Amino acid sequence: MSDPDVTNADSDTARDPAGSVPGAETTHSPSLNLGSSGPGVGEEYPLQVDGLRKTFGGITAVDDASFRVARGSLTGLIGPNGAGKSTTFNLITGMLQPDAGTVTFDGEDITGQKPHAIANKGLVRTFQIARELQEMTVLENLMLAPKGQHGEALWRSVTPGFRDHVVEQEEELLERVWDVIEFFDIDHIADEYAGNLSGGQRKLLELARALLTDPDMLLLDEPFAGVNPSLEKRLLEHIHELREQGYTFLLVEHDMDLIMENCERVIVLHQGQVLTEGSPDEIQADEEVIEAYLGGNV
Amino acid sequence: MSVRNDVAERVPGGDAGLIVAVLLVIYAAYVLAGVGLGYSVRGQLNTIGVLTFYIGVFAMLALALNLQWGYTGLFNIGIVGFMAVGIYVMALVSKPLYESGGAAQVGGLGLPLIVGIVAGMAAAALLGAVIALPALRLRADYLAIVTIAMSEIVRFSFLSGKLQQFQLLGERVGFGGGSGLILDFTNPLEAFFQFFGLWDAYLGFVSAFEVIIPNNPKPVVDGLVYGVVLLGFVAVYFWLLKRTGESPFGRVLKAIREDEDVANSLGKNTNRFKIKAFMLGCALMGLAGILWLMTSGAVTPNFFRPRITFFIWIALIIGGAGSNTGSVLGGAVFAALLYQGPRYLKNLIDTVIPNADAPSGFGPAVSPLISNFDPAPLFFYTIDSVRQLQLVFMGLVLIWLMHNRPEGMLGHRKETAAGIPLTAPRASEPAETDGDDAGGGSGE
Repeated sequence: MSDPDVTNADSDTARDPAGSVPGAETTHSPSLNLGSSGPGVGEEYPLQVDGLRKTFGGITAVDDASFRVARGSLTGLIGPNGAGKSTTFNLITGMLQPDAGTVTFDGEDITGQKPHAIANKGLVRTFQIARELQEMTVLENLMLAPKGQHGEALWRSVTPGFRDHVVEQEEELLERVWDVIEFFDIDHIADEYAGNLSGGQRKLLELARALLTDPDMLLLDEPFAGVNPSLEKRLLEHIHELREQGYTFLLVEHDMDLIMENCERVIVLHQGQVLTEGSPDEIQADEEVIEAYLGGNV
Repeated sequence: MSVRNDVAERVPGGDAGLIVAVLLVIYAAYVLAGVGLGYSVRGQLNTIGVLTFYIGVFAMLALALNLQWGYTGLFNIGIVGFMAVGIYVMALVSKPLYESGGAAQVGGLGLPLIVGIVAGMAAAALLGAVIALPALRLRADYLAIVTIAMSEIVRFSFLSGKLQQFQLLGERVGFGGGSGLILDFTNPLEAFFQFFGLWDAYLGFVSAFEVIIPNNPKPVVDGLVYGVVLLGFVAVYFWLLKRTGESPFGRVLKAIREDEDVANSLGKNTNRFKIKAFMLGCALMGLAGILWLMTSGAVTPNFFRPRITFFIWIALIIGGAGSNTGSVLGGAVFAALLYQGPRYLKNLIDTVIPNADAPSGFGPAVSPLISNFDPAPLFFYTIDSVRQLQLVFMGLVLIWLMHNRPEGMLGHRKETAAGIPLTAPRASEPAETDGDDAGGGSGE
């Protein structure tokens, strides 16, 4: 099944391609064993942010923010509008360069690295406004995501002989992708252009696509915005199921109830700083948080 | 289904069949028009040869541009600069060594044609890389500005007296400046056939044409055969770019076109993909420039004005950016209808009405129409100005296309970027399709 020719050129993904994706329904035991440290192994806090700071002109969007996210947790990042949530995401994932501070992922300092390099380390994000690739079909969108595709080298894709290996790997990828499509129940729209999907379906597609990169940790930027309640419920079920498999989630969300019901840890950002951090119950009881949300202070 | 069901899907042989069908229609139209108006056989064959030549070069260039714009979203409006670098470097490498007293003012390095062709392509690709490295980091529009500026810099460099003549490896070489460069290497067609040891056979083939063209058939046959060779190159381009597109590589290119940030956040090093795609496109443009000009005897820098770049863009827009099949068809239709069509029409009319004197200006052309309702002078004036009017006509076609069919003549096409057809890998979706006797046995 796993042809040695297909896998050997692939330095950082020396794991069974078929087993690296959560199967439908049945709960795989955590199947994302990355070479050195899979979920549940290695650092207890895969993501650590220390003294992060970013200014735009005279505005300080993120001001000395420090927090960490525990492995296998579903952590919520909340805060009123303009608290710096999206900027923090952009700083962590390399879309923006911080003015000061460090981001550590799996014990490695990734501050200021390129977005694609960070994604390849297993820290993958989704976007606040679902950014599906409109003129590509759902299947193309998903086939794009997996790492270590031999055919991404131009010469292999065009040279006769070598292309056979590419095609072989494409077949394996399609199997994997189809598992995910079934897991998310979007097989009926697999051949549709992503631009034709509804808002909720786009969010599903984005989550599925991020998962196919074989991440350790997912940063979800408002995954439930514009999603109808039944789809929201499904998305949440998927997230919980994945978390049980060992994935770590950091979630930006406006809906307080949703955060309080689903996250085990909550980080509150306010004016670029971490206001407080704790369990949902602690947060709900926190005077400062309530004040921040009601616009009471400063 | 979201795909428009087009005529395309009813043509046997798929995309290749569609291309062949369109070419046949174009040729039939040309031949019929020629026969109907009593064109000579020699004239007919000559026309076909020239038409094939332009179909070939425009199809190749549209294909190369499609890789850059249609797939990757790279806005290259300096195509002609890469063509110029291709042919000039090829000439530099392949022209014979300088001999005093010869017709050529400067020589070359005297290397075989194939070495020159590879060097020309490499130079175009390298120029592409040099331009892309800084510009790709900026937003897309900046690449457009940089490329068009580059194409003019290239043209002015070849015009410059400084590069007219210089010493390279102890040889007197140069680019000839404004007076042009004589391409005095072996006739490429001869070199091509001699390489396969078929030159004598080819000459025999040519003399067989004396049956239909009594005197000196060689130029006509050369033109036709070179046209066929160019179509062969189109086929190679098509094959190469189809493979490029239908692969994980092509998938990343498409993703970059759609949203580069997404591709990046999925772990794709988009800059590297963009530079690779850009360089490949530039090399193919360089080769197209070589093939366009290598048989023309001489080359001058002012041939490489930006208008050719825009012709290629029109060809791609007609065919539909993002589709390789569309690029070939766009190149063919552009060459046949917009580029050669008006000129052919003028030739035909000149043949039918041989002694018509066109008025010298717009005034003398219009005044008879007003004074005694005689439209003939205006008609002849219009025909005589067809080369100028051609550009107006192209503009009108472009405007019409953008309004009515911005996705090109083939409509919205789904050319899937994958090495395999993307369908459900498991036919064993049990829910819908059971119960028919054919599937009954295989179900166990």
